[in-house]
Amino acid sequence: MPDQLEMLRRITDDPSLSSAQKARALSLAAENMLPYPALDAETAKALDARVICDMFEGHAPYKPRYVLPDYAVVLTKGSDWLELPVPQDLDEALNTLMIAYHHVPSVTGMPVYIGKLDDLLLPFCTGVSDDDIYRKIKLFWRYIDRVLPDAFLHANIGPTDNRVARTILRVDAELKQIAPNLTLLYDPATSGDALLSQATGNIVECSKPHVANHPLHAATFDARGYGIVSCYNALPIAGGASTLTRINLKEVALRARDTRHFFTEVLPHYADLAFRLMRARIDYLFNHSGFFDSFLVTEGWIERDRFTAMYGIFAMAEAVDVLQAKAGQTGRYGHDAAANALGHRISRALSDLVQAQPMENVWRGRAMLHAQAGLSTDTGLTPGVRIPYGTEPDPVAHVQALAPHHAYYPSGISEILTLDETIKANPLAVFQLCKGALASGFREFTANVASNDLVRVTGYMIRLSDVAKHNAQKGSRTNTTGLGAEAAAKTAILQHQPRVMGQEFVAGHRQ
Amino acid sequence: MQAIVSKTLLFSCVDGPGNRMVLFLQGCNFSCPTCHNPHTKRRCNDCGLCIPVCAPKALSLVEGKIAFDASLCTNCDDCLRICPISANPMVSLMDVGQVLALTRQNLPFLTGITLSGGEATAQLKFSVALFTAIKEARDLAHLTCFVDTNGHLGPVGWDKLLPVTDGVMLDIKAFDEGQHIYLTGRGNDKSLASAELLAASGKLYELRLLMIPGKTDTRRELEALVALVKRLGAHTRVKLNAFHNHGVRGPASAWETMTKDRLEQIATTLRAAGLSQVITPVVWL
Ligand code: SF4
Ligand code: SF4
Repeated sequence: MPDQLEMLRRITDDPSLSSAQKARALSLAAENMLPYPALDAETAKALDARVICDMFEGHAPYKPRYVLPDYAVVLTKGSDWLELPVPQDLDEALNTLMIAYHHVPSVTGMPVYIGKLDDLLLPFCTGVSDDDIYRKIKLFWRYIDRVLPDAFLHANIGPTDNRVARTILRVDAELKQIAPNLTLLYDPATSGDALLSQATGNIVECSKPHVANHPLHAATFDARGYGIVSCYNALPIAGGASTLTRINLKEVALRARDTRHFFTEVLPHYADLAFRLMRARIDYLFNHSGFFDSFLVTEGWIERDRFTAMYGIFAMAEAVDVLQAKAGQTGRYGHDAAANALGHRISRALSDLVQAQPMENVWRGRAMLHAQAGLSTDTGLTPGVRIPYGTEPDPVAHVQALAPHHAYYPSGISEILTLDETIKANPLAVFQLCKGALASGFREFTANVASNDLVRVTGYMIRLSDVAKHNAQKGSRTNTTGLGAEAAAKTAILQHQPRVMGQEFVAGHRQ
Repeated sequence: MQAIVSKTLLFSCVDGPGNRMVLFLQGCNFSCPTCHNPHTKRRCNDCGLCIPVCAPKALSLVEGKIAFDASLCTNCDDCLRICPISANPMVSLMDVGQVLALTRQNLPFLTGITLSGGEATAQLKFSVALFTAIKEARDLAHLTCFVDTNGHLGPVGWDKLLPVTDGVMLDIKAFDEGQHIYLTGRGNDKSLASAELLAASGKLYELRLLMIPGKTDTRRELEALVALVKRLGAHTRVKLNAFHNHGVRGPASAWETMTKDRLEQIATTLRAAGLSQVITPVVWL
């Protein structure tokens, strides 16, 4: 197959990839030379037309998309398989985690979840000085960024206010690295304003962390808990997600005669095809790949029945605008109350469809709805239920337009609020905005300060200077830069409208 | 009790601490050639001149009064450019109840509310009534009430407003009387007296100074500033704004723009003279 050989050759010869990145790309290419899990003709056709999409996860799903090990297991029991004794102090605990991460697969080939670090490390901090904790975490942070340089890799802290959480926030703001990505689980009843204000201060410094609405997530999951990983996906700990498929709602809307047809026939039809696609992939993973024979399962890091299936959707904005146009309405998604209400109705319909569909080998027997944050190849399509780039209203109106969606997306939904850098002189405004967003029902608060070198692209962090370098063919140390550069060139991502209202009253303008 | 409001913002991080809902009240008692929002100066006299320039037909005359349909407006600002008296046909009338309702709708997002302008204190009765209502409402009392003002208000006015106000941002346009008249059309005695009165009451949040090269950044002006701040307390927040001629109409559009280097130099001078909180712009245009 000369085509395929040529593709492999392009990878080996690409000057912008490191040898590790080449090895990874080669393995993906090899996997995709295998035949796809058997699909019926209708599903295959919808997949070909990308009305439904498998996120290009590969033709032979031999590992789950996202794995969230319960790292407490290896920290309290050690590992026979890895020949690790039970760690006795903070150094040993950090060392054990650093080893553990290398044995956790995911769709990116790197772990997407490195644990709820404060819970994991606090038991080892008794009698350790603040200064020692700081120095050790700083080294640990540097290790993660240099050895596992992937912005999908995610650490969690909170909801309690504690020494480890605070130290991590301090180190993260100092180092401003891409990895790890960071989420603070925030509970207004227990976290306290001081911790949240340290976090929102960090957002002003480096657009991290995200702030997760802990009470909402906790109610969705069980006592074993949840983690926030990759692009703000909320998933069961000691499990994860076996697969993520998504529906392009714009393509679905285009195939409908009108809104009624959309709700009664077209959406249920494509929703069904997405379930079929999901089943085929899950079947391969559970019944053919042998993944669940791994030591991760036998030692109890993960459990076979704690893997959900993420039922993703995107291009809500375009779908609503298409349906509005078919109905002769001009109101645009994000700005018009009727258009927004139509969007909320679509989310509710999707949620009902997912609830009604029993799934085998899926946690609790149902998939989980997910507002998917985009792929770098999505041209002219807005991630999840977001408002299109550059047309966002002020942050408060932005939150209010989208908040009603959040109740329907238990496995993750995120909006990016872009803030002009004048906010740097007033971090309290970010704090207040965050509180408002969470109180309004946002599951996740994410803000981007516009002039920052470190910015958020669809869901992951990237350095603008890295994008410039990549474009100059210099190569980049981090895996997500390639994706980001592609995303920036193809989509309108860098045109996110910097948004601090009252521009005319900004310093130097107010008279 | 109604206010003439030229604009309402639900999100502002440059009008006081935290996120603030801002009401820009129409009408100003100064006449500054440097104003970037000249359309907030005067009140509309319903002459109707702006109606034909509004392409989407958002403006009309109803019973001799200008009427504005916000749902048609494209924010092109053509009406503002054509208005011969620096008024704004898009203002709305809001009573205290309406402002409270809007505040409640956005409550979890708000640190407080700021009245700006135009000149907020020129609609004093409304300002007092609004802040009083906020302080008296159990669910709103935690909000801070701020005013952004040119200080052209006498002690009697402040006596009414300050008991219900948490902080004031005060513009001092110039220290030299002649320069002040040139820059605003009025003398500065009231503004300077306001600075002392506000500082004494503990409600002066910030002094704001517009640095115009050769006009307000001279040695004499800066010395007068230092002397004032030392009287008020050396820790007083002093916010330096840089004059920018972009968007200015009339003669001031030919004035030199303040450079970043020069402004930093001024800030250094002020700090060296003992001012402990000198703030310079985050964003340079
Ligand atoms: S805004 Fe100006 S032009 Fe328009 S009606 Fe009022 S005074 Fe006339
Ligand atoms: S700003 Fe609005 S009201 Fe004014 S001219 Fe433009 S469309 Fe008409």
